[in-house]
Amino acid sequence: MTCSEFLEILDDVIDESISTETRAELETHLRRCGHCEVVLNTTRKTIEIYRCHDIYELPSEVSDRLHSAIMDRCKQKNA
Amino acid sequence: MPTIQSVAGESELHPDVALVERVRRGDLSAYDTLVRKYERQLFRIAQHITQNREDAEDVMQDAFLKAYEKLDQFQGNSKFYTWLVRIAVNESLMRLRKRRTGKMVSIDEDVETDEGYVPRELPDWAPNPEQNYTQTELGEILRKTIQGLPQGFRVVFVLRDIDGLSTEETAESLGLSVPAVKSRLLRARLQLRDRLSRYFQKRSLAVRQQGAAGRENGANQ
Repeated sequence: MTCSEFLEILDDVIDESISTETRAELETHLRRCGHCEVVLNTTRKTIEIYRCHDIYELPSEVSDRLHSAIMDRCKQKNA
Repeated sequence: MPTIQSVAGESELHPDVALVERVRRGDLSAYDTLVRKYERQLFRIAQHITQNREDAEDVMQDAFLKAYEKLDQFQGNSKFYTWLVRIAVNESLMRLRKRRTGKMVSIDEDVETDEGYVPRELPDWAPNPEQNYTQTELGEILRKTIQGLPQGFRVVFVLRDIDGLSTEETAESLGLSVPAVKSRLLRARLQLRDRLSRYFQKRSLAVRQQGAAGRENGANQ
């Protein structure tokens, strides 16, 4: 496996949708290529950090206000 | 026209489908449950696209109202949430268009189509690098970094990686092809990773920790 071939399957590797055969080729490549190993680990970490930290949180009081407004408008549609 | 039950019937019925059916029969409390279930996710998507809190609040309200009005058009051959996201994405783009006084806004904006992007050769990150920042600092870094991505990449990353939609659902929500979603997702992931490296690589964090230690020593003297 070359570095370009690694990049082509990077998303599948992250999403854990590669075959056993490809996984073996990947592991051989990563043992030899520090750059691709860093790319894989840091890209995985990037996704994990964004998943674990909600940067646009909706405070409860805002959520309650918006929720009531939505339901009021839906009721008006029915009236 | 296929009914929701006949399409979804072969597999286990999604709980949203039952709620939608109740709403169609006039039970508004079922819609209350659906709004409660998805309001935070819809708000986050709208905020990522509009990059404006007030707009995101308006988009969220308008999207739920529009979904309620158009509920008869929901066929059940996609998930209710995917259908809802598509409405919210369109409402968000309309809102942006209004802000830019009618200028065309699309999900393809700023998307370069060259396929030759190669991740920069950057030093490895420190273990758990996010722990070296306060929650406020980290939030600021993550916001600034993702805001710097072209919109067409950002929204794919948000739906696929933060919201957890599948590639097919993301494609459906955005009206894109599956290959387009895949190519944008790769670019988004790599660009975010390149940009975050500035803050999280071992060397940057060592400098930051030295700075903090220096300030602490100075304060103790």
